[in-house]
Parts: sequence; C-alpha cells; structure tokens
Amino acid sequence: MNVLEMRQITKVYGTAPNEVRALDGVDFSVEPGHLVAVMGPSGSGKSTLLTIAGSLEEPTSGEVVVNGQPLGSMSRNERAALRRRTIGYVFQDFNLLPGLSAIENVSLPLELDGVGLRRARAAGRAALESLGLADRADHFPDQLSGGERQRVAIARAVVGERTLLLADEPSGALDSVSGEAVMRLIHDACQRGVAAVVVTHDAQLASWADRVVFIRDGRIVDQTSTSADVEAMLGRQRPGTPS
Amino acid sequence: MSVRHALLALLSDGAKYGLQLRNEFEARTGEVWPLNVGQVYQTLARLERDGLVAVEDRGADGPQRLYRITRAGRRELEEWLVTPPDLSAPPRDELVMKVLVAAELEGVDVRAMIQAHRRYLISVMQQWTRVKGDESALDLHLALAVDAEIFRLEALVRWLDAAEGRLKRHPLARRAQPARPATRKTEARP
Ligand SMILES: Nc1ncnc2c1ncn2[C@@H]1O[C@H](COP(=O)(O)OP(=O)(O)O)[C@@H](O)[C@H]1O
Ligand SMILES: [Mg+2]
Repeated sequence: MNVLEMRQITKVYGTAPNEVRALDGVDFSVEPGHLVAVMGPSGSGKSTLLTIAGSLEEPTSGEVVVNGQPLGSMSRNERAALRRRTIGYVFQDFNLLPGLSAIENVSLPLELDGVGLRRARAAGRAALESLGLADRADHFPDQLSGGERQRVAIARAVVGERTLLLADEPSGALDSVSGEAVMRLIHDACQRGVAAVVVTHDAQLASWADRVVFIRDGRIVDQTSTSADVEAMLGRQRPGTPS
Repeated sequence: MSVRHALLALLSDGAKYGLQLRNEFEARTGEVWPLNVGQVYQTLARLERDGLVAVEDRGADGPQRLYRITRAGRRELEEWLVTPPDLSAPPRDELVMKVLVAAELEGVDVRAMIQAHRRYLISVMQQWTRVKGDESALDLHLALAVDAEIFRLEALVRWLDAAEGRLKRHPLARRAQPARPATRKTEARP
C-alpha cells in the first residue's frame, strides 16, 4: 500500500478573473521506503503539492489518501492527529522553537499527541542519537550550528512512528556538503521504511531520490526512475581515448 | 585525463611493471576511467622515447620490463601538477549544439526537447549518486571522481534551466517555439 496517494488534485487560489491554478489534475503517490524528489521552476506548484500532501491545506478538488485513509473522510481532529503522529515536516528555515532545547523540540510533537513526557523524551533522544546529536540534546537552537539545527529538524520529522516525511527545499541556503548530509539523513530514514517527498530545484539533491518527478504550471509533466544497475553505469563510462 | 602524467605519478614512488601500472591507475581513478594494457605500453614507450622514464632491464620483453621515473620525468610531473589545463576555449559540447540548433528551427518543441535532456542528465546523476550511497564504504578516489562527474552534469542541468528561461524571454527565440499559433503573433511583438 502506498503511504501517500494523491488523485486528480487541483488547487485554485483566489477567484476569477484573478484565480491561480496552482495544481491542475495531479496524480502522485509514494511507496513505503521510497524517496521521491519533486523538481520544477519557481511558481510551478511544488510547495502547494507538499502542503496538500501534508494536510496543511485542502485541495479544491481531488483526493489525498495517507496510509489508506482518505483525508476527506476524516474529522478535523483526526487530521490533526495524523499531522502529529504520521507526518514529519522539514522546511527551509527548519522552524525550530527558539525557547526549547533540541530534545524538547524533537519530542514536542509526541507530547502534543498525549505521549507521556518520559516516553516522548526517550523517543526524542533516540531520534537525536540516530542523527549523531546525543551530546547536543540540551542545547538551544541558537547554540547549534546551521548543520546541527538542520539535523534536529530532521530528527523531529522522523521521531516516533512517522511514516511520511515531507521536505520543502530542506537544504535551504546551506553549502553543497551540508546539502548532501541532509539528503543522506533523509535517504537513511527511507532505508528504515519512511516514505519521503523532497521538493527542490537542486539537481544534486534530487539525484538522491529513487524517482524524480518534474512539475510545471501545476502539472506533472515527466519523471525519472533509477535502475539499480550501477555496474553497467561504470562500464558504460569507458572513455574514448584519454590523451 | 592525462594517462602520461598519471603513469609518471604512479612511478614516482618506485619502479613498476606495465600491468601493475594499469591496475594502480584504475584503482586510483576509482575505476571511473578504465585503461587497457595496450594503452599503458604505448604510453610507456613514448615516455621512454622522451626520456621521462627508463627501463631497468632492456633485455626483458613487454610484461617483464620494469619502468622507473627519470629526473626529467619528475620535473615534468611537478610542472604538470601546477599548470592549469587550458579551459579557455569552450568545448564542443553536443548538448549545447543541439539546443543552439533547435532554437533556430521552426516547428521544434524546444521545451519538450530540453526536458528530455534534463530527464536524462538527472537519471545519470541519480546513478552516480547511488555509487556514493554508503559513505563509510566509499573509496576516496572513487568519491572524488564521482563528485566531479555529478558537478559536471549538474552544470549542464543548470544551463538547460537557464536556456529554457532565455528562450522564453527572447523575442526572436519565441518564433521557434511551436506555441499556440493564436498567441504567437502577439507574443512576438517587441
Ligand atoms: N496562498 C496563496 N494564495 C494565492 N496564490 C498562491 C498561494 N500560494 C501559492 N500561490 C500561487 O500558486 C502558484 C504555485 O505556488 P507554489 O506552490 O508556492 O510554487 P513553488 O513552490 O513551485 O515555487 C504560484 O503562482 C503562487 O503564486
Ligand atoms: Mg516553494
């Protein structure tokens, strides 16, 4: 079963004659353990796709199904619970709460979900540990480097039993080494079974994905997939005649 | 990739046989640039002719010959390392040519063409990225070579993005787009 399934999603902002069709009949799905990148020019509808997938916004028409549950048939409270329990978000600016330590930031979604403090903190600590941040647990965001803040944001997105990770330009303004580190972390989360969607305009980051989807003017126009055939790839790279 | 200088570099830490040089070359370039033995011996013969390597035992035949770097060879190697390669003339990149040609032709859907190239480039980048996948098991030489390849391909993708934007904005280039005929006239107006 797909973790995320979007069927015939259309999103219209504003009203005629000034309406903007941000998404126009999009079909999109992600299997467990898969990392899908969404690429497209600015204004093509990437962020809209992600916010609708994450139930942060409702489509004008079409259906979103997460882990087999259609969002349209859920109550407000059920959707809120899904956002706390099942879906992790990583945004460009990482959105860490400045007054909370790293561990508090990471375990907050679980606490909001009614998980007891001790269990929430234990899960938070495990997530931080898996990202090599055990010794930063009690630091506040302003005591962390850019790369560390980013890892805390990813820890928060994967803490507990989350199955869907949504990231919008997750490397932000970081350099290419840190960008690669972020993608490695998301890639690792996928190896543990999480399904991830990463929106990016950066081809290097997108190339970490199992599948790259191209969006333009609110429509999916193309996609790639990877064959596992790396050996053939190396064989094919034989040069003509090096001088 | 200069095989000549790569061989000099391999000989700089001691005398070696031809086959050994081939294996070390491939290992050091992360096997991204395979090299056949014939090419190795051919290059060694030229290096010997130029006095940059010497053969230890002249009597031995091909595989038994042990090569060592000469003093002139070391100077040549040091010089080569610090001399920037000539990148001043643009390479004849086939992809660039295709887009330049397409921009001139009537009835070519340049946008679709660019997307086809973009998809291909990114799928090749995906495969190289897979090679990098497990960092702990990654050989340094391979990682460096793969990074170079990924940056090179990325530059082409970025160029395609820029080209697409430029074609959209440029009044003359628009003529070449098979855009809706009804709007073509008004769009082409300066
Ligand atoms: N809240 C909104 N109100 C009105 N228009 C919006 C809103 N959000 C996005 N849009 C418009 O929808 C289109 C797609 O936007 P977005 O999904 O943010 O694109 P991307 O993330 O690919 O840059 C754009 O034309 C944008 O201006
Ligand atoms: Mg956006």
